Amino acid sequence: MSTLQETKNTILTSTLFQDWVNASPRVDAFAAITKDAAQAFLLQGIPTTKHEEWKYTNVTRLANTTFEISKSNTTLMNADVTNEKVTEDAILVIIENGILNKAASNMDGLPKGVHIGSIHDLKDNAAIQKHFLQHADYKSEPFVALNTATFSDAVCILAEANVEYNTPIHLMMVNTSNEANVYIPVRVFVAAEKNASIHVVETYVSKGNNTNAFVNAVSEVVVAENAKVNYVKLQDESSNTTHINYHRIAMARDSYEHLTTLSLGGGLIRNNLNIRLGDVNGTAYLNGLTVARFNQLVDHHTVVDHAMPHCYSNELYKNIIDDSAQGVFNGKIFVRKDAQKTNAFQSNKNLLLSDEASMNAKPQLEIFADDVKCSHGATTGQLDDEALFYLRARGIGEDAARALLNHAFAADVIEGIAHEGIKEKMLELLKEKLK
Amino acid sequence: MLTIKDLKASVEEKQILNGLNFEVKPGEVHAIMGPNGSGKSTLASVLAGREEYEVTGGEVLFNGEDLLDMSPEDRARAGVFLAFQYPVEIPGVSNANFLKTAVNEVRKSKGLEALDSKQFLKLMQEKMKLVEMDKTMTQRSVNEGFSGGEKKRNEIFQMAMLEPSLAILDETDSGLDIDALRIVANGVNALRDGNRSFIVITHYQRLLDYIVPDFVHVLYKGRIVKSGTKELALELEEKGYDWIKEEVDATLNA
Repeated sequence: MSTLQETKNTILTSTLFQDWVNASPRVDAFAAITKDAAQAFLLQGIPTTKHEEWKYTNVTRLANTTFEISKSNTTLMNADVTNEKVTEDAILVIIENGILNKAASNMDGLPKGVHIGSIHDLKDNAAIQKHFLQHADYKSEPFVALNTATFSDAVCILAEANVEYNTPIHLMMVNTSNEANVYIPVRVFVAAEKNASIHVVETYVSKGNNTNAFVNAVSEVVVAENAKVNYVKLQDESSNTTHINYHRIAMARDSYEHLTTLSLGGGLIRNNLNIRLGDVNGTAYLNGLTVARFNQLVDHHTVVDHAMPHCYSNELYKNIIDDSAQGVFNGKIFVRKDAQKTNAFQSNKNLLLSDEASMNAKPQLEIFADDVKCSHGATTGQLDDEALFYLRARGIGEDAARALLNHAFAADVIEGIAHEGIKEKMLELLKEKLK
Repeated sequence: MLTIKDLKASVEEKQILNGLNFEVKPGEVHAIMGPNGSGKSTLASVLAGREEYEVTGGEVLFNGEDLLDMSPEDRARAGVFLAFQYPVEIPGVSNANFLKTAVNEVRKSKGLEALDSKQFLKLMQEKMKLVEMDKTMTQRSVNEGFSGGEKKRNEIFQMAMLEPSLAILDETDSGLDIDALRIVANGVNALRDGNRSFIVITHYQRLLDYIVPDFVHVLYKGRIVKSGTKELALELEEKGYDWIKEEVDATLNA
């Protein structure tokens, strides 16, 4: 059993955590960092709602559950998953219970300059030596610390300089574990070198028999000079899943990233998105969409850090909250002293479909430069009764009319996806969810 | 086709319709006129099934069935169409997608197969001509950013697509300039086929120069207080509503 020790803002779970660390065959090449992360987690513990960043999202039950780190073997075959590919031609990479399953993956047709593989095979790569585990901050993010200390595999995507690859790379994270209370650390590393361009899709699904799953995922994305990364994250897991996700994007000069986070299914989802515009003339788009029902909780915490001048960021988050579900949006934008001529925009729109649904929205701009253009806005409302009646008066049934209006509200988040095939697939999934 | 008997309705506890009677037979065009606040739009809303309006008495039969018992979508599927006085803007839903859904829902209720994209496009192109619709208007979101005239043309376009047996035009002429009025009226006239019936609700006689009614009714204080032919509309245009108000009020006070 775990020994719980309450501090003001966190719960420490030392014994249980030790079990996890011991159970985890870590990547030896990075042992110094993973050990440091273990210490960092012990110092931080699991946050309580007294912690400002976790005010609306109570994860203390994670400390009260005896999770086992997933020991399930990878069992999936390509035939089990291939029809779930995001597009017909997509490169499919299966990460089963946090472990790269090569047998179930299909990476045929990958061009010469793009490498996908396990950290165990790619650990000597220069980009990995330089960037792996260097960007996701485990010192101040407890779940990054936990992930860094416990992951046993990481999937890496490396796009060499000048490679322009338009076929989607689909990372499918599948939970097939059958332990009653399972903990799954998932680690992703993506590097696009100078002038490279790639499309990455992460999807999270559940297929196992567990009663309680805790998925703790960290993705580090490094976008080099003039490189372009289009990224879509889709969470569509079982209602007994607690999913905590940290996505860090480090951007060089003249780089471009477009990230769309779609939280369409799960029990409790917390997304931490952290974008650092670390050099001049970077462009960052962050789109997010939640469709939450029943008693789900979906929390989007975003940080856009404008460290250097002449960068652009644009953030659009929409939440559709039904039943007694809860939504949280916390959008921070930092504009540092040197980041003159920054353009930073943020918009958050929320639709509450029931009297019990709730939404907590908090835009937060901290601007230390004086020559910038920044704006933010947040609105929360209900479905437009006039529009609903208008559709019904044309013969469209009430449920179909509601679905149509919800889809219209949400669709522009997905419309921003650059890749046509990925966009179509995501719109289709949304339609299915809103039925 | 439509029989309204002693219809009483209220909105927010306020009685608006006070025992309204009239009957529409197949192919007829009825104009309903009346001063502001007489209950014209309430009648349209009650017939289309707007939930804020509470029917407190009377009945409405549509082809022998109790219309008031039907949901708004079922009324539409049964062939009742309301052209809105204020068409609603629906960002994110394209006109074409919206209409395809609507047309196929109506077809389904009649046991007809859904139109595929090609068939639908053909139907749409055919009907667009009726109201001089621009192709770009069908790609745009429903009514979003449309001018007043475009919105009303879109209503008539939808009517042409859905082919109702009874169309209720709620002040379709309001806010239209003379050109838009002509286009809208031509669209309506093209849909007069001897079987389809119309209830044209209007404040002004102007529209009736273009859509010539078989009957004209004057609504006042929630009742039809005078009925006649198109000449009645001309008389109202000339003399206003005061003489009718006085007549009615005198009777009520007698």
